[in-house]
Amino acid sequence: MANNESKTSPSGYNSARKQDVLIEVKNLKQYFNIKSSLGKKATVKAVDDVTFNIYKGETLGLVGESGSGKTTLGRSILRIYEPTAGRVIFSGVDITKLKKGKLLHYRKKMQYIFQDPYASLDPRMTVSDIVGEALDIHKLATSKKDRAEKIRELLKLVGLNTEHASRYPHEFSGGQRQRIGIARAIAVEPEFIVCDEPVSALDVSIRAQIINTLEEMQERLNLTYLFISHDLGVVRHTCDRVGVMYLGHIVELVESEELYKNPLHPYTQALLTAIPEPDPEVAKKRNRIILKGEIPSPVNPPSGCKFRTRCPFAKDICKKEIPEFKEHGSGHYVACHFAGKL
Amino acid sequence: MTNMNKSEVLDEKLFLPASDSEKATAEVMRPSVGYWRDAWRRLRANKVAMGSLLVILLVVLAAIIGPMLSPYAYDQINKGSENLPPSAQHIFGTDSLGRDLFTRTMIGARISLSVGVVAAIMISIIGILYGAISGYFGGWVDIVMMRIIDIVYSVPTILIVILLQVALKTPIDTFLNSANAPNFLKNLGVGLISIFFVLALLYWVDMARIVRGQILALKEQEFVLAAKVLGASNRDIIFKHLVPNCIGQIIVVATLKIPEAIFVESFLSFIGLGVSIPMASLGSLSQTALKGIYSYPYMLFFPAATISIIILSINLFGDGLRDALDPRMKK
Repeated sequence: MANNESKTSPSGYNSARKQDVLIEVKNLKQYFNIKSSLGKKATVKAVDDVTFNIYKGETLGLVGESGSGKTTLGRSILRIYEPTAGRVIFSGVDITKLKKGKLLHYRKKMQYIFQDPYASLDPRMTVSDIVGEALDIHKLATSKKDRAEKIRELLKLVGLNTEHASRYPHEFSGGQRQRIGIARAIAVEPEFIVCDEPVSALDVSIRAQIINTLEEMQERLNLTYLFISHDLGVVRHTCDRVGVMYLGHIVELVESEELYKNPLHPYTQALLTAIPEPDPEVAKKRNRIILKGEIPSPVNPPSGCKFRTRCPFAKDICKKEIPEFKEHGSGHYVACHFAGKL
Repeated sequence: MTNMNKSEVLDEKLFLPASDSEKATAEVMRPSVGYWRDAWRRLRANKVAMGSLLVILLVVLAAIIGPMLSPYAYDQINKGSENLPPSAQHIFGTDSLGRDLFTRTMIGARISLSVGVVAAIMISIIGILYGAISGYFGGWVDIVMMRIIDIVYSVPTILIVILLQVALKTPIDTFLNSANAPNFLKNLGVGLISIFFVLALLYWVDMARIVRGQILALKEQEFVLAAKVLGASNRDIIFKHLVPNCIGQIIVVATLKIPEAIFVESFLSFIGLGVSIPMASLGSLSQTALKGIYSYPYMLFFPAATISIIILSINLFGDGLRDALDPRMKK
């Protein structure tokens, strides 16, 4: 818990993280069986053989385009989906094998903040019931009075008016609803929260507020975040490390400053040039790498390197061999045959 | 390029911050209205539905206090005033035994309405449980449960109703005659109890189907995932999140089941399988009246008209309720 103080550097980089691994994800696979219109069975490999660590107190970003498996990965870690294979080890315990009763204990430690604040709150429940449900399930309130008091505190903590506890979600704006979602997630006093694009459904003017609230909660409650986003600007601001996903694989994983300075994977390089640049003079000079085509179907992914169909540097070896997810420089993991040579 | 930009001088007044009154005009929004109040607003705008509601309330009121106001009991035989046409003394006339038809019709309406309401409640309980389990768990559970519904659906209902009625009569009768049968059940009589059984056993399928459909759509919603992440049990998810979110459809179906049950009860009583004499239901009154249809047509008119009014008004009200509670279903 002491690693909170170590978060001193202005970039938000956490130097104490190396020691404490909170979650180990090992060879995690999440396949979905689907039936095509002709009745043929097929498998969608939404997350395919992903291995990484999440350190205590850090914010690990996860970026990638739509359909790359970011959300699925987040949900598999929390066992919202039952992983097809692989392990998720939370403080030394493999939670993928836990029975339902034992899992409840870990549900309390790991929470989820949803992308869409309109769909993720039950429209027939008041705010106090939405937040209170978390308290009820884990029996965190000793009495009715205690429950009401705890709900009040939580609402205050996330910056909501406590008098609004008896209102329904539809009476709130998007940003306020997302705060309700945050209050619900932190009600059980978790250690780890998956933030699934928590600001992408919100107005640009509200985003900063919500991100600040999330950062404030992290500092106060010693939280660890897995921050899923497709907004590279937001990720740069919030995350200590960033993983880049493509077609169910993590192709690059590195400290966020390093990622922006020295991207090694061609996909990351292309993504970074796509960040909008406010200064038109700079934008003109910039060499934007435009990727050809669409992300291939996860039902029928390309052989070898999954990115080779759109990679400007693809060679024969990319077709034949799956590139290893290897360390290039300290803590800089890349899955590319030509990492460092491009 | 730069020269051109300079020539396009913009008026600085355009960039002044908005005043408070200007901000207020930008914030005009529809006042936030809750689900029920919104539904009530839509229902109130529907003249047919409100008219039907008024008629239903009048019939219910008449069924409750009508027999009390009448100077005659429903089973009171008045010697010498048999087969009287409607008059000031007997507004609906009397039957072949001299019983007051107004009192009997009101009692009949009371029986019919309570059959409708009790049946709707039983249908709802069974249908909601069945539909929720089938929809929520999905997969094989769903397939098997839906095939059972298909079977119940495909049997000719009226035929089964009659068969069940006959088959159930004896066991219920022996149960009622045993010492530990509760008193209120004895008062209901064999006929009515077996009607309840029959309705509960056969008429829940629509409710189950609709609840299942709703829950299939709802269970993919993120707030259900959120409850799962919190560790909510399946029971909590079904009864705290899913069922409350389809309460609108449940109310509509339950309302539309009331006239259906009333019709079945009247029909069964009409063919002599329903309530037993001297108790009256609208169906049994019609059946008795049929014998004297050529001489005393008014005897059939009143109970038949009451059945029609009840069924029509509840059906119209149910339609209005559907439009109000579930505006998406409206074309």
